Amino acid sequence: MTLRSLDPSAFWIYLAEQPLFFLAITLAAYLVGDRIAAATGRHPLANPVLIAILLVGTALLVSGTSHARYFEGARFVHVLLGPATVALALPIWRNRALIARHWRAIGAALGIGALVGIGSTLILARLLGLSGATLASLAPKSVTAAIAMGIAEQVGGTPPLTAVLVIATGILGAVMVTPLMNLLRIRDYAARGFAVGIAAHGIGTARALQVNEKAGAYAALGMALNGLVTAILVPLLLFLFR
Amino acid sequence: MLEGLTILIFLQFTGELIAGVTRLPIPGPVIGLALLAGFALWRGRMPEPVVIAGDAILRHLSLLFVPAGVGLIAFGDRLAREGLLIVIVLVLSTAITMAVTALVFRALTRDDGDSA
Repeated sequence: MTLRSLDPSAFWIYLAEQPLFFLAITLAAYLVGDRIAAATGRHPLANPVLIAILLVGTALLVSGTSHARYFEGARFVHVLLGPATVALALPIWRNRALIARHWRAIGAALGIGALVGIGSTLILARLLGLSGATLASLAPKSVTAAIAMGIAEQVGGTPPLTAVLVIATGILGAVMVTPLMNLLRIRDYAARGFAVGIAAHGIGTARALQVNEKAGAYAALGMALNGLVTAILVPLLLFLFR
Repeated sequence: MLEGLTILIFLQFTGELIAGVTRLPIPGPVIGLALLAGFALWRGRMPEPVVIAGDAILRHLSLLFVPAGVGLIAFGDRLAREGLLIVIVLVLSTAITMAVTALVFRALTRDDGDSA
């Protein structure tokens, strides 16, 4: 072994040229995040994705590696977002009996919930003077990042920012849902679950599943349906808003 | 697994084509999702390979957000400038959305006799 190969910076340069290295880093960081989340009893604040993003992001910043270079390896994970989005038809299919039984409540809460989710975000963001690109990144924040990033791309937002805003929204929804519903005296687990699925996608759904099975089923349904509705509403509302 | 994945990717591709041809500002995969849900509800069945592949991908859905999310490192300036205001928007609008959705849902299920 030569001296040069022991030089840490030369070693890093070698690793950074291997796309496989960044794929491995991505998976490892997510596993670390997942372990930390499990150790906290799956507390919403210990979100595995957020931990993984912080770990990888810090490593890239410290080593001066560009996101483009990192993405050469990480895109093998990223490309699965498309088929995963299509697969969100599964929770709709599995909960079709719920739709058949409560189609009026589900339809109305879905339509109004999606409108309020996007509308309140745009109005508040405008009132606080946020920039247009941030507005477009924020608008789809209530739906799963798989769909929200695609929407943000369509309307001139910033997909990476949207991904993180979506995760933050999910964490906030998961933390707020129980105290908020108690405050409003809403005891029906169908209503509670559907609300958190509409407003806080997969992270809210995971929280609902921890609390109650019925709430979890309604949350999964709300999350998938809102993905569809929000993809249609965001371009329309942003157009009206501009 | 492979058969289901092929169907999912084919549906995504079909969705992208429809979005491209119609120039709808809707992501192709979302159109694929609508196609799959519509097909299953229409035929009254979901193809088993799609269930197998779909569940496998969805089990680790959140892992798939990491590569794009790391892109945030390029937006440190904007976050420093707008971060606090963004958090205020997220907290308020998420609370409002959950409250309104739950209230509408409850108002329309009260008479169904299945609110327990």
